[in-house]
Amino acid sequence: MDVLSAFEILVKSMLFASAPLIFTAIGGVFSERSGVVNIGLEGLMVIGAFAAVVFNITFASALGGWTPWIALLAAMVIGGLFSLLHAVASISFRADQVVSGVAINFLALGLGVYLIKDWYGAGQTPQIPVPLYYERIPLLYDIPVIGPIFFNNYITSYLAIFIAIGAWFVLFKTPFGLRLRSVGEHPMAADTMGINVYRMRYLAVFISGIFGGLGGGVYAQTITQDFSAGTITGQGFIALAAVIFGKWHPLGAMGAAMFFGLAQSLAIIGSSFPLLADVPNWILLSAPYILTILALAGFIGRADAPKSIGKPYIKGSR
Amino acid sequence: MFNQFSRWQKIMIPVISVVLGLLVGAIVMLVSGYNPIEGYAALLSGSLGEGFYIGETIRQITPYIFAGLAVAFAFRTGLFNIGVEGQLLVGWVASVWVGLAFDLPKIIHLPMAILAGALAGALWAFVPGLLKAKLRVHEVIVTIMMNYIALHLCNYLVRYVISDGQNTTDRVPESASLKSPFFETLTEFSTMHYGIFLALAAAIIYFVVLEKTTTGFELRSVGFNQHASEYAGMNVNRNIILSMVISGAFAGLGGAMEGLGTFGYGFIHGAFSGVGFDGIAVALLGGNVALGVILAAALFGILKQGALIMPLESGVPTELVEIVIAIIIFFVASSYIIAYLLQRLKKGAK
Repeated sequence: MDVLSAFEILVKSMLFASAPLIFTAIGGVFSERSGVVNIGLEGLMVIGAFAAVVFNITFASALGGWTPWIALLAAMVIGGLFSLLHAVASISFRADQVVSGVAINFLALGLGVYLIKDWYGAGQTPQIPVPLYYERIPLLYDIPVIGPIFFNNYITSYLAIFIAIGAWFVLFKTPFGLRLRSVGEHPMAADTMGINVYRMRYLAVFISGIFGGLGGGVYAQTITQDFSAGTITGQGFIALAAVIFGKWHPLGAMGAAMFFGLAQSLAIIGSSFPLLADVPNWILLSAPYILTILALAGFIGRADAPKSIGKPYIKGSR
Repeated sequence: MFNQFSRWQKIMIPVISVVLGLLVGAIVMLVSGYNPIEGYAALLSGSLGEGFYIGETIRQITPYIFAGLAVAFAFRTGLFNIGVEGQLLVGWVASVWVGLAFDLPKIIHLPMAILAGALAGALWAFVPGLLKAKLRVHEVIVTIMMNYIALHLCNYLVRYVISDGQNTTDRVPESASLKSPFFETLTEFSTMHYGIFLALAAAIIYFVVLEKTTTGFELRSVGFNQHASEYAGMNVNRNIILSMVISGAFAGLGGAMEGLGTFGYGFIHGAFSGVGFDGIAVALLGGNVALGVILAAALFGILKQGALIMPLESGVPTELVEIVIAIIIFFVASSYIIAYLLQRLKKGAK
């Protein structure tokens, strides 16, 4: 295999595998920046994948080529609504946010598979009729050498990058973003300045639900193309790792998600690269997790969480 | 977690959570066109209706007790061990490995294999404990990450080290097996094994260590208030590491029960067994005390075992129980609101 085609495979599989992680990680950044831990990202991806697949199967004949895109919208709506459970528990009911996230993960998988069995009579849906395909970007695709590598991928891969940049802008360049971050750092100070802490946190968790759902929907419609209990197995936790490895910054999270996506795909296709053939694949599969632990331990730059993360805000308490 | 509540509330919150969970389950069944009474009847008869089912239920309760004790032990020291799943897996594989690697008389071999499970789990929990103690890294994230590292490492070990490219290892020999021909005949050939005795013994050890020893007092004290404990001359860092290690040992033992008892071998896991995550629910529901954990583990064992029979008898998909468990966790976690409502109710009654 020559260098160029190896490079092409690497780039394509990185973009392919990382898009769902980027979406979900961006959602995680919003939630955690507002001070709400979101272990439930996994569950949000599950429910998004479920919604997208069911929508795709149900409406494919009516909507034709637009189906996967509208299915993604459905996944976002369902993901957003589902995340409100986490919001109610962890913001209003002062639940331990980690426990509430665990409940979200259980509920998403239980509900998803329960309904699939009830509706399709099996633990696995049929294949979706209209998945997402590689698309050539007009003009850019015609650039020699790099065109076919960078501009013949899933549209969702580009969308993920745009969303990450957009999230950076919203969080760091707008008043809304400043308020959201202030609520996660020092909610009492934010409250004193007239920011509604509860509303900001609800919004942030809702946004994480939207993006988590989107991530799940993209994953299901590009990679697995059906839904079962085994559709989302740990991708949400990889996204969570990306949030931390990316130091709670949207662009950092995007970079981390791309890197983790690459590691995941290398674990599958790595044996075709001479350099990687000798690396046991459990190391590649575990790379995101090992690196995140090292990052947290401060070996790869210090990763500091938002100050008030994980603490329910109780008005009037000190 | 329940520190701020009265004794009455501590008992009522789990009970109400379970009732609410079952209620939501009933509503889900109703909405999707099943008869909830039939569904729950099938669940009960599928877990307690016959000798065989009772044996399977007890077998299911065994790892739940260990997982619940593991999570609860860490909770009592103010730590959240969400990595029971991974510690359980390494315990499982380690015990099977020792079971297969040696040829010894049972009286040495079996305890050695069980201990290997505990040690592996303890080692796996030592990492987050050390990072927490020395570098103040939050244990939740590290234990989650350790779960996945365990999953991939164990799969690798099973496939390439313990077996020869297979999806399962060989069966552990009789000298390292927890299998119990006596219980099997008693329960119409279920997979019930001797592990339940170890689980109950572990619960007693949990109680004694935590409530009756100086070490246990220190561990709990660190859980209540680190600064006060440090001021009183306790070594906070040592206690954090010790707590994680003991917690991990309980989890590893749970894995050994699966490896040496339930299955008798190790296999490639596509995803987690879920026992470790259920352990969080067991610990919370059991209020982090030994007796509570046993009761909660029994409830979960009954639910999980009965769930397997539900589709056959009433058509209700097995996953209904996952939904019920999720709702129970949700309400136990939201104990503040339940306590608040209870208080309002009490005031209203007066």
